[in-house]
Amino acid sequence: MGVSSKLNPGASRFGDARKSCTKCMVMLVVLGALAGCAPIQPWVKPYEREHFADPIMAFGRDPISASYIDHVYEAREGSRGATGGVGGGCGCN
Amino acid sequence: MQLTMSVTRTRAKLALRLGQCAKALAVLGLMGAPAVADVLPDDRADVLYHNYDGGGITIQGPSVLVRKKVGDNISFTGSYYEDLISSASIDVKLSASPYHETRKQEGGSVDFLHGKTIYTVGYIHSREPDYTANTSYFAISQNMFGDLTTVSFGYRRGWDNVFRDIKVNGVIQNDPAFHDRADHRAYTLSVSQILTRNAILDLNFGAITDQGYLANPYRKVRYFDPTIPGKQFTLADQIYPRTHTSSAASVQYKYYLPYRAAVTGQYRFYNDTWGITGNTFEVDYIQPAFDHRIWGGGLVFDGSLRFYTQNHANFYSDLFPRALYQNFEGRDRELAAFNSYSIGFGTAYEFHIPGAPWINKSSITFHINHLLIDYKDFRNALLAGNGTFTAGTEPLYKLNANIFQLFVSVWY
Repeated sequence: MGVSSKLNPGASRFGDARKSCTKCMVMLVVLGALAGCAPIQPWVKPYEREHFADPIMAFGRDPISASYIDHVYEAREGSRGATGGVGGGCGCN
Repeated sequence: MQLTMSVTRTRAKLALRLGQCAKALAVLGLMGAPAVADVLPDDRADVLYHNYDGGGITIQGPSVLVRKKVGDNISFTGSYYEDLISSASIDVKLSASPYHETRKQEGGSVDFLHGKTIYTVGYIHSREPDYTANTSYFAISQNMFGDLTTVSFGYRRGWDNVFRDIKVNGVIQNDPAFHDRADHRAYTLSVSQILTRNAILDLNFGAITDQGYLANPYRKVRYFDPTIPGKQFTLADQIYPRTHTSSAASVQYKYYLPYRAAVTGQYRFYNDTWGITGNTFEVDYIQPAFDHRIWGGGLVFDGSLRFYTQNHANFYSDLFPRALYQNFEGRDRELAAFNSYSIGFGTAYEFHIPGAPWINKSSITFHINHLLIDYKDFRNALLAGNGTFTAGTEPLYKLNANIFQLFVSVWY
């Protein structure tokens, strides 16, 4: 504890707290910047994705069929869109 | 001059235009699939025969889809689709004559792969006797976060020409007094996210705006008319708004089961400026029965259950109290309130073609779906005046339809 703290202890505690706060903020900024530079680590590693290579895991496994059946619904219902990239194709009524 | 309602309803054609959009966006969907992340779609050819039979309508025809890569960064896609329509639906019987017609559609697109980004541009042209449509689209798909996430954005623009057919001296031709246009814009945003080594989530949002002639020049509204003995209703032209904006959001969750099978759950929420709110629920299950790597062939079974519900549009009525009761009037079934139920089943046989080493895999697939639409406020107006029913007292209409698909696929 320095001389100034002996003369004005309250001001010293306030100053220490402010320094600590500043240090914390600087550390947070630095850490944040470092985190921004680091790539997000994939939590599912490439060698753990063999199931997604299986055709049964594809959305719209058979595009020509999915497009057709999706449009069958679309032509008969009021709703449209957001079908996950499959749909369309026929002019049916 | 005798009006002959000899063609499909415009609502279906609008849906067709959107279908073209969806076909365009199918490219996006494929890019979003994790199995093909930051790689171009597989080289593949499909030839499909489709048949829809229900509600007095039969629609059948071929469809072809071919994809081929050129080099490592470019892939071309070509498609052809044809509908042979024979219709004597409840709408046609009420206000028109049974008809036959053909619709043809061609499309082409190019995918360009650059790094982890795929750019897609495409064009679709559709024509039938009283409706032509041209659609162009652009899509971009980007992999990120260690390839666990794929973000896609798509934009589509459509220009349609609407005509109306009439029969003059026994010959069907376009009515020279009627020609209008309809323009469409669609925006889509989708995110595909691998959650675990067995689960993937797909989020989609789509907004579509239409402007122009959005009604059906053939279909009619009906209003109560006590001066008509028996039926007690009179038909009149529909009056649709000339603008329509809709938005939809969906979520799909797919899970890989421990014994090599997959289950998918889907939900979609829809809302538009015509007052329609729709909810779609679907569950799919896919089960390979044999591993072709063991004995050279394989069977894949799949099944689906789908439920859809919507309320009616704010200008829809099955029976208006009087003529010109309100500024917009519509009686298209698609605007009514209803529940829709669908069950589907499919089988695919995968095999190798001996003597064709350039073909990696082949399959032949059969699909059947049964569709039931249970209308809540659309009545079978054909029964009015038969001595039992009058306007507004007829039984509610139900649509039962069977949908068959048979297609051959080749990967090369």
